[in-house]
Formats: sequence, C-alpha cells, structure tokens
Amino acid sequence: MELNGSLMLMHALKNEGVKVVFGYPGGAALNIYDEIYKQDFFRHVLVRHEQAAVHAADGYARASGEVGVAIVTSGPGFTNAVTGIATAYMDSIPLVIISGQVPTTLIGTDAFQEIDAVGISRPCTKHNYLVKDIQSLPRILKEAFFIARSGRPGPVHIDLPKDISATIGEFDYPQTISLETYKPTYKGNARQIQKAATAIKESKRPLLYIGGGSISSNARDSILKLCEITKIPAIETLMARGVLGSDCENLLGMVGMHGSYVANMAMSEADLLIALGARFDDRVTGKLSEFAKGADIIHIDIDPSSISKIVQVDYPIVGDVSSVVCEIVELLKDNYNCEIHKTWRDSLKKYNALHPLSFKDSNEVLKPQWVIQKVGEIVSKNAFISTDVGQHQMWCAQFYPFSSPREFITSGGLGTMGFGLPAAMGAKCANPSKISINISGDGSILMNIQELLTCVVENIPVINIVLNNNYLGMVRQWQSFFYDERFSNTNLEIQPDFVKLVESFGGVGYVCEDKDSFEKALKDAISQNKVALLDVRIDRMENVLPMVPTGGALFNMILESKE
Amino acid sequence: MDCQKTITIIVLNEHGVLSRISGLFAGRGYNIEALNVAPMLDSKFSKITITTKGDNKVLEQILKQLNKLIPVLKVYESDFCGLEAILIKFDIKESLNELSAIFSGYGGRLLEVNEKFAVFMAYDTSSRINNLLQAIKSFSPRDITRSGILSIEAN
Ligand SMILES: Cc1ncc(C[n+]2csc(CCOP(=O)(O)OP(=O)(O)O)c2C)c(N)n1
Repeated sequence: MELNGSLMLMHALKNEGVKVVFGYPGGAALNIYDEIYKQDFFRHVLVRHEQAAVHAADGYARASGEVGVAIVTSGPGFTNAVTGIATAYMDSIPLVIISGQVPTTLIGTDAFQEIDAVGISRPCTKHNYLVKDIQSLPRILKEAFFIARSGRPGPVHIDLPKDISATIGEFDYPQTISLETYKPTYKGNARQIQKAATAIKESKRPLLYIGGGSISSNARDSILKLCEITKIPAIETLMARGVLGSDCENLLGMVGMHGSYVANMAMSEADLLIALGARFDDRVTGKLSEFAKGADIIHIDIDPSSISKIVQVDYPIVGDVSSVVCEIVELLKDNYNCEIHKTWRDSLKKYNALHPLSFKDSNEVLKPQWVIQKVGEIVSKNAFISTDVGQHQMWCAQFYPFSSPREFITSGGLGTMGFGLPAAMGAKCANPSKISINISGDGSILMNIQELLTCVVENIPVINIVLNNNYLGMVRQWQSFFYDERFSNTNLEIQPDFVKLVESFGGVGYVCEDKDSFEKALKDAISQNKVALLDVRIDRMENVLPMVPTGGALFNMILESKE
Repeated sequence: MDCQKTITIIVLNEHGVLSRISGLFAGRGYNIEALNVAPMLDSKFSKITITTKGDNKVLEQILKQLNKLIPVLKVYESDFCGLEAILIKFDIKESLNELSAIFSGYGGRLLEVNEKFAVFMAYDTSSRINNLLQAIKSFSPRDITRSGILSIEAN
C-alpha cells in the first residue's frame, strides 16, 4: 500500500489501538494535522500548551496502562513539550511523542522553528528517532510503540520532518518487532528466586518495599497473594500508593521523607528488605550510610541498571515484578511459617500506636488533611486523584484512602508543578465513567491553568481542588524549618480570584472556607458534572509531618512543628 | 578507589549513536579518557572503545547504563589486547638518528620530514607508549597526538 508519511502515522496509531491523541498544531506538523482532520477513529484533544499535551498523554497512560500519544510541532512546540517528556521519563511512563521538524533539506541551517529536537530529548527519553527517509517510517513507528511499552516503560520520541510527512512510500506495517539489541528480561533467574524464597523463609524481620514498578507490571494480585500467605509487613513509595489499598492489613503506609513513623522505623530495623520495582530514591532512603543497616536486600526489577545503583543488593533478580512474585508465592505457599516474625509485627504495631499518622483537626480553620480525607469519603473508590507538587501532594499521599493501583496519578521522579490538571484531563479521557480530581496548590495550579479551557471545550469535566494557603507551601515549610523563617519569595498573598478565573473559562467555581461549604461544593461539582475549581482556603501555616530532613537518617524524623 | 578501565561497546551503526554514548557519559558525569570508533568488518555494527576512570561501582553503572541504550548490542569490560598509535613532532634540529633508534624500539619510524619539522610515529601498548614519551622528553617534542586504545578481545 502506498501512503504519505502522515497517513502512515494515522495507520500506525490505528494499528496500535490508540483512542486519544493530545496535541497542538503548527507549520511543521500541518501535513499530519491535515490527515488528522480526515480520520475519525481516534479523538484528538487540542490542548492550550504543549507541556499539557504530554502531561495529558501521561495521565492517560498512568490511568489506563496503555501507551499515551502526543503530537506537537517543531521548535517551540517541541521545547514546550520537554518538561512533560522528562516527567514521564523519570516515572517510567509509556508514551510516544511525535514532533514536526523542518524539511530534511533545511535541517542544520537554523531554519525558522528548527531545533535539534532529538539532541534535546536524548537524555530524557527511553529512545528517540529522527526520521530521515520514508522507507524507515513504518518500522520506526512500530518500534516506538514496542519500546515505549516493553521492559521498563518510558517515553519514545519521533521527530518527523515536514517533507517526509508528505512523501509517499510503501507502507507495510510490521506485525511483530524483534530488535537484536533490545531484549528485556521478564522471567527471573530460577536459582536467584529460590535463594530469595529461602531468605524470606528464614527472616525474622522481613519487609516488603513496594515501588512504582509494581504498578507498571500490574503486580497487585501477586503481591496481595504474597501478603496474604506471609503476613509480611509492607510499605509503599509515593509512586506505589494504591498497590495494596488502604484496607490491606499488611500495609504500614508510605515510606520516605514524608513517610509514616512506623514505615520509616520498619525500613530502618528490618533484617530483610524485599524491594519490588522500587529504585531506592534519595527521598526514600534518607542518609545512605544509615539506610536499612541490618538488612539483607532482595531487589526485583526489570531494569538491571537500577539494581545495586544506590545500595548494594544481596539477591538481585532481574525480571518482571509480577512474574517473579508469582514464582516466589509458589515456593512459599505450602510451607511458610508466619509465626517466625510475630514479634516483629507486634513491635511495629507499637510504633504505629506511638506516632500514628495524624493531624490536629479544627473547626475554626480548614485543615488540608481533613479536606483530603473528605474527598476520599465522598468519591469513595470511584475517582482518579492527580496532584501537582508540594505539600498538597504529600498530604494526599498520606491521607487519601487509596484502594487500587492507577488511582493516584502524581509526578514522583521529576516533581513537576503543573502536572496535575492536564494529567487529570488525560485520566478522565482514559475512563470517563470515573470522577477525575486534581488536588493542587495555589502555586501549582497557575502553571497550566489554561487547560481549564481545554477541559471546557472538549467536555472533560475535571474537578480541581486548590488547597489555597497563599504560599508556595512546601518551600515555605523548608524555609521555616531550615532557614529561620526567612520566607524569600514564597508568599503568594495576592492571587487571582480563582472563581472568576474558572468562570471566565466556562467552568464553575466555589470558595470553601469551612467544612460545610467544602462538602457542599464538592458534591455539587460532582453532580453538575462540569469543569470545576474549588478554592479551598486552608490553614496557611500547616506543615507536612513527619519529615526526614534531607541527608538525615530515615529514623530521625521531625514529628511536630514548633508552636 | 579509582582505576582505569577499557570498555568495548558494540553498537548498531546508525544515526546519532555516538552522541547517545558520549551523551550518557557527559550527562552522568563519567569521564572519557580516550575514545575510538570504527565500523566492524562486514556488518551493520560499529565497535567503540572507551577508556574511562572510576571506582568499581561507577564502572558497573557505566556498563549497565550502556547496556540499557537501545542500539547497544554488547558491552564488555575488555580483557583486551590493545594498541595505541602516537604521532610526535620534533624540530628538525633534534638528533633524528637517535630518535629513529628509539622509535624503532616501539614499532615506529620517521613518518615525514620537511624543512622545519620531523614527524615520528609509533604503535604499541599504552604503557609502552608512556615509556616512549619518557624516553623522548629530552628531545623537546613540539606536538603530540595519541589515538586512544584500539582493542580486540583477547580470548
Ligand atoms: C516546575 C516547578 N518549579 C518549581 C518547583 C519547586 N517547588 C516544589 S514544591 C513548590 C511549592 C508548591 O506550592 P503550591 O503549589 O502552592 O503547593 P503547596 O506546597 O502550598 O501545597 C515549589 C515551588 C517544582 N517542583 N516544579
């Protein structure tokens, strides 16, 4: 079949089962957009900033487990997309990003809107391509999707010059892909798995350390099974919130800088860590020389380069988390004795009773933690919760009653303010029957506020809960703990009238100053099924606690604010 | 403790592959002491030889991160048999006979001479090339170009 490059792209999207594409046109992408105009098998969502196109595709991918797709034009279109690409890269999210490029004859001439896009995206993509001839396009398209979703997932970028998107060539879309140089390992080494199982049987203070890789490998069921037969206590990273669900008995909560007291103590005192798709991020480990000092470490990860990168591992297992855990379950299920670590579980219970995750509620002023718990109560298990970055993100990770993987959508690795609204939009497109809520801060929401318009125009009813403290709260918290309360450039006393702002875009707005008004507003926003923004005035000086100061040992937590 | 290592990388011979490799080194703060690339005989692959410095942990990461790149077929820390080429320029007034004698001990010879300068070449292992440099120091070399290591698997 003879097709032009743009039509080849359309066919590839169809073949890969793409249902929604997020994008923004421009000169170098005109041929592509002309074919988009003529097709009807996928939905194109026109965003208002390219960063949002990529975040939306990212939210779509996190919510659905499928590859997200974004299309942008050359030059500024592409550079605007970079933050989105880097965000997805840090969190290992499968995306395919297509950028237009100036015609091949102009590449290298500093032509209008030319930029070395593959040079820029190289360090923040799993792989990238500059398409140099029409013959290679079908293969590149197939490879891009294959690479994005296989192994450790990640964003793949294709830079498509304008002349190639118009050139006609033979289109024979490969059915399968086999790359000589790229063969991810899914099945773990049997001997290593056997050794790990033995270590688990013998350990007196074992701990499951669950990371985001458990979500990409859809490992929830096998991990739950492991929990059930072993009763081993478990902790989740920020990226893994929702894997076990808040009613799982084994779960001690989130670990790390803002982890629960019991989770951080468990990490410090365990004699065996079973790391499942976790990467020992510095926000999790705290001071490395004090990290899990008495523990042997089993590390199961699909990415060999993340094993022993930060800490030396005793039982490295390269493979898919879900498949390896299944095998471990097989080895343990008939003869595992949970009694061997009963003392350990009891002592953790005591830790939890000593410093439970809590906050001082009030009826005078709204507490953010109360707000988040209330959201959980009202939408119970029927919502995507995305966040921006800051205190609100951490309160959400701490206090929201998560029930399943892919429910919580947040930028963990890069920590990108402005992620929440477009990601919520993407998640809603992935599953319109769920409520999509973006919990944001008054600083973050302004970073991609223009997407309210996309939501209105495209009828994507996203609810934004802005926890408004008139501060860049998280930075202010650091300034109060570590810089003698010198609040340099974090005071956001003057903010727009958020209600008028959302109304001007065509959505509905609410100001919430007390518990009643908040509850009413949220219920109203849900029942109206419209794009909404709740300006929630919270206690200005509330801090996120516990907190492990950067560079400090995980077991040295600040547990209370100075009064 | 830092030590020097030579890594051999077999990569698909495609657009931009060298910048992927060097970019990985630059972006992660690994250092490149010497680098050598050429296509392999009768294949779509190229062989890259990189000499780098770092402790064992860093070297292990370098190997893993390189392996992770899509166009990389194989990476190994080579137990290699390696050679380096060197070109050294001297003032014509230096004793060329003596220099010829020294260079011949390192697989070398006088390569070119004009009215002002004489250029010698040598071909030997890196450590012997270092010895050669010591030996010719007193002849005040004007300029030196080293090739970096050319390597081949020894076993
Ligand atoms: C794009 C970007 N710029 C800067 C930062 C640094 N940063 C981290 S948290 C934060 C404050 C966020 O304030 P706000 O959105 O109001 O949330 P709060 O902490 O008050 O909940 C800042 C500036 C970041 N993470 N991302």
